[in-house]
Amino acid sequence: MDAFTTHTGRAVPLRRSNVDTDQIIPAVWLKQVSRTGFEKGLFAAWREDPSFVLNDPAYAGASILVSGPDFGTGSSREHAVWALQQYGFRVVISSRFGDIFRNNSTKMGLLPVVLPEEVVERLQAEVEADPAKEITVDLDAKEVRFGDVAVPFEIDDYTRWRLIEGLDDIGLTLRHADDIQEYENGRQPWLPTTV
Amino acid sequence: MGRTLAEKVWEQHVVRRAEGEPDLLYIDLHLIHEVTSPQAFDGLRLSGRTVRRPELTIATEDHNVPTVLGPISDPVSRTQVETLRKNTAEFGIRLHPMGDAGQGVVHIIGPQFGLTQPGMTIVCGDSHTSTHGAFGGIAFGIGTSEVEHVLATQTLPAYRPKTMAIEVKGELPVGVTAKDLILAIIAKIGTGGGQGYIVEYRGEAVRKLSMEGRMTICNMSIEAGARAGMIAPDETTFEYLRGRPHAPAGAAWDEAVAYWKTLRTDDDAEFDKVVEIDASTLTPFVTWGTNPGQGAPLGSAVPSPEDFADPVQRSAAERALEYMGLTAGTPLRDVQVDTVFVGSCTNGRLEDLRAAADVLRGRTVVTRTLIVPGSMQVKKAAEEEGLDQVFKAAGAEWREAGCSMCLGMNPDTLKPGERSASTSNRNFEGRQGKGGRTHLVSPQVAAATAVTGRLTAPADL
Repeated sequence: MDAFTTHTGRAVPLRRSNVDTDQIIPAVWLKQVSRTGFEKGLFAAWREDPSFVLNDPAYAGASILVSGPDFGTGSSREHAVWALQQYGFRVVISSRFGDIFRNNSTKMGLLPVVLPEEVVERLQAEVEADPAKEITVDLDAKEVRFGDVAVPFEIDDYTRWRLIEGLDDIGLTLRHADDIQEYENGRQPWLPTTV
Repeated sequence: MGRTLAEKVWEQHVVRRAEGEPDLLYIDLHLIHEVTSPQAFDGLRLSGRTVRRPELTIATEDHNVPTVLGPISDPVSRTQVETLRKNTAEFGIRLHPMGDAGQGVVHIIGPQFGLTQPGMTIVCGDSHTSTHGAFGGIAFGIGTSEVEHVLATQTLPAYRPKTMAIEVKGELPVGVTAKDLILAIIAKIGTGGGQGYIVEYRGEAVRKLSMEGRMTICNMSIEAGARAGMIAPDETTFEYLRGRPHAPAGAAWDEAVAYWKTLRTDDDAEFDKVVEIDASTLTPFVTWGTNPGQGAPLGSAVPSPEDFADPVQRSAAERALEYMGLTAGTPLRDVQVDTVFVGSCTNGRLEDLRAAADVLRGRTVVTRTLIVPGSMQVKKAAEEEGLDQVFKAAGAEWREAGCSMCLGMNPDTLKPGERSASTSNRNFEGRQGKGGRTHLVSPQVAAATAVTGRLTAPADL
């Protein structure tokens, strides 16, 4: 996983709600068996519209996506996270995320930041007024800074630590292999197996 | 203080708990399909890890498979399915491939084999894993990183979600189904309403549902944003499970049932949130927009964006009407449909097919109509009852098992601008094919719509 401490970059305002993972990466892209090349499928249907915000050269190279509420709802496809990262995004800001998308993001080092809806809208307005505006997302301080504004955000300490260290979850869990073994010894005997 | 069902099942599965860390949760059953697993198996190989408990894992081919006999013609889809075969062989995991009598949609086959049981934790790299909560377990969808984690450790680190009760008061009127109920619940609480919660569906109307109906309800918990949905097990659950291939037998059955009977929310337990809905006032429900919360009674009209006070909902409605090609004020019953799809993990079980057949018996369809059983066993059972003959006589297409038109990953898709009435779970833009327009409906409404070519309830025929 990519470690994440602080990131400063430009942002894209995505003024849509319920941006489901089918929009982020349409199902036809899910047929791939590799982990790369998904940037081409990011918002594939919407990018066909020349007026879609990602097609605006003013936002080229932006690395922070600022979306309306309920970003990443729907399908569990982690390909949505891969597509955003491979396109160049490091952070997604929204007032609410789909649970599975948010989980997938923190496993991969894409930072989902929850801010109140009015702050999201203000950020969108400021970026629209000045697309070159730089925004800093500071995971260490749990703070988003733009201009002379600093807004705190919440993230649990464990996930924050894991992201800052760039730690592999599986490696962390395998440190507790003895606990898993002990639990397995006490499982209810009637539980099914697939054999 | 008492505990909720969700708390009881969660606590039973905590392997390790430490201050300031998520719980390490044991996973009783891991379901796998071809789409979200290849990169997870690659990850195992790269790090030299193996599958900890292949005998708690089962795989099937569903998303990519064509629903007509023959090989997969799309080489990319074929590679994905072949990759699953290679991976399951290498790691010793049971697989039900295309053509196998046990093949089917992943969330249909688990319950069918009796692998889905009360009190279990079940995960799958698919958001509709919530289906299995109908048996009173905690079941949720995960991403590919977590699939790899479960393969390697049979556990997941997770914070326990909050608990929500959805109390369904009264009884569902005749002609109103589990699908109408869940669509009405999602319209009421919104696509983010369940975010951060495990939902327990309770009340008289829920108790009276069959297991098939309960699975339809729990299946769409994710459409309300919930991580999982669950229903306390009862005699209906036990009767469904009794005698299934992987259900306990003999003395183990009695022991299991005794435990399962403890899996109910204590009378003095408290939920973090309670939502009430009156079943007795419900009527057939359909969606008009591009998220599952944009739904309305079939007897109403396409809403106007002006009807929504919230500016976010208003602009979402504007966009949805434009995408859907609908005009505010049009009676939903006047909406013309090109294609009808009956199937998916939401409504692809035998009971759903019987409901559709009851409407189509002796009638003729005027739309392209795909009837897709959720599994090969469902297909066989339907054919033994002669349902296939009813569908064929009505002019509908009777297909092989698979995810089919629920999502655009196999040959069953909508063309741009084509409009469907679909028993599946998502009406997102392009979900059933680029540019396709989806109305989510019950199997009964789907079948009646196929007869008239407009959104229709059986009572209208």
